[in-house]
Amino acid sequence: MGQVIVMTDSIEQAAARSVAAGGSATTGVALPGPGPAGGRRPRRMSKRMKLLILNAVSIIGGIAIWWVLAESGLQLPTPPEVLQKSIQMWNAGILQEDVAASLARVLSGFLLGTAVAIPVGFLMGWYTTARGLFEPWIQFFRTIPPLALLPLVLVLMGIGELPKVFVIFLAAFLACVISTYQGVVSVDRTLINAARVLGAKDGTIFARVIVPASTPFILVGMRVGLGSAWATLVAAELLAAQAGLGFRMQQAQIYYDLATIFVNIVIIGILGLAMDRLLLFAETKLTAWQERR
Amino acid sequence: MNDTVNPAKISVRGIRKTFELKDTEFVALERVDLDIADNEFVTVVGPSGCGKSTLMNILAGLEEPTAGEALVDGRSVHGPGPERGVIFQQYALFPWLTVRKNVEFGLKLAGLAKAERRERAEYFIRMVGLEQFADALPKMLSGGMKQRCAIARAYAVNPSILLMDEPFGALDALTRVKLQEQLLDTWSSEKRTVMFITHDVDEAVFLGNRVIVMAARPGRIYDVIDVNLPYPRAEDVRLSPEFTELRNRVWHSVYHQEAGAVAGSASS
Repeated sequence: MGQVIVMTDSIEQAAARSVAAGGSATTGVALPGPGPAGGRRPRRMSKRMKLLILNAVSIIGGIAIWWVLAESGLQLPTPPEVLQKSIQMWNAGILQEDVAASLARVLSGFLLGTAVAIPVGFLMGWYTTARGLFEPWIQFFRTIPPLALLPLVLVLMGIGELPKVFVIFLAAFLACVISTYQGVVSVDRTLINAARVLGAKDGTIFARVIVPASTPFILVGMRVGLGSAWATLVAAELLAAQAGLGFRMQQAQIYYDLATIFVNIVIIGILGLAMDRLLLFAETKLTAWQERR
Repeated sequence: MNDTVNPAKISVRGIRKTFELKDTEFVALERVDLDIADNEFVTVVGPSGCGKSTLMNILAGLEEPTAGEALVDGRSVHGPGPERGVIFQQYALFPWLTVRKNVEFGLKLAGLAKAERRERAEYFIRMVGLEQFADALPKMLSGGMKQRCAIARAYAVNPSILLMDEPFGALDALTRVKLQEQLLDTWSSEKRTVMFITHDVDEAVFLGNRVIVMAARPGRIYDVIDVNLPYPRAEDVRLSPEFTELRNRVWHSVYHQEAGAVAGSASS
């Protein structure tokens, strides 16, 4: 019983996060003020501009502070050095190779994880039998960070791509399966009844009510899953890989090559952000029907 | 309403419904007998916990009675059927579908071709006055508009019975009065047998041919009051002395119930 409550909790947090993110993304459109629209428009624009300017100031300021710290004797590479390094790595083809290797791992693990998680989550929500069979294992494995399984997985699966993809798969699967399940069980009973009285049988109710109604939950699960897949990837590469962003940083650490480490950190951040924005975009498109406050 | 010549459209025969509550058994309905004639508009009113929604769910086929049976057109009810349309208090529109798609939902399940679906949906959307919002999502609609859409959706599959569970309960007083009049308009042009559940005494008297008053603990039929006010009914009916008198009778019946009394078997 306690387990279930813990589970619900984390999903709610995830959902709240998603709502907050979605809310902020649509604020500009969702706030038609009273009175003539023309009168409000300039003020709204200026607010948006203000935010953009502040963002830019913050970024430039941050880089400036970094630069000052680097120049003032802290053992950091300066921004131009990092930029130069990244160009150098690009020209040598290392950067592309690492990005490709890391993306291939994270995407295959993530896509496999979600592809398995969604049907399993639906089964758990729909059939008590499936829930009874799957739940103990899911509850057990979600308390273990997927990385903690890496030593075992490395022994069992060797040092190829398989163990890394597997732990990423596990990370994405666990995040997504729970939220899919939660989505299915929280579908409004009245909607199911409404479909039934209009003549829908179980199959139709599943396809036309359960699936669309749980889409927001699934997408939140996918975003959480992607975040945890990405985190797991980099850590897995730090431990065991021959290419990839994490591997490159690990190598650079041995040679005390701080610029390379910086390049990789920045790339990891940018790629993670880009993937998250992509999913957020899909989410706002697919769940535009939701009433948001 | 001569039962022997013209069998009732809806018959409720000795229905009892109990729910398990921890160790105790909660009796939601006890010895409920009721006949509703074809094209009759029956309203059911009663305090909360009197089992009026349970009775409707049994007729809708969403719940099975513990004992007794519900008959529609002489056939025992097991599960929902296309001849019974249901309108819920919470509207129950599919939020990811537009008004049009919501109205077409049941038609699609019934296997109607696209053009025919369009046409029928169009007709009922116009009937409830939502033609300008046909392609809007439910989140864009007010409560009253949502319920009008739900009414169009239920009408579209052409049921001979409409079961309405406090459909206007969540609306403000003004919208409610408007929708009541629109519902009667619709009912006069598209005759159906209606069972309308409400907790609003005025609404029960204004809409119904007959008001069924229910009582709680156990849920049962307490009183049946005929409303002999002519249709079409509009504002003048609401203000008439006859209406006031009936309203007072129903009010008294709902709010001053004698413990244990049952219609018909009540000792007087």
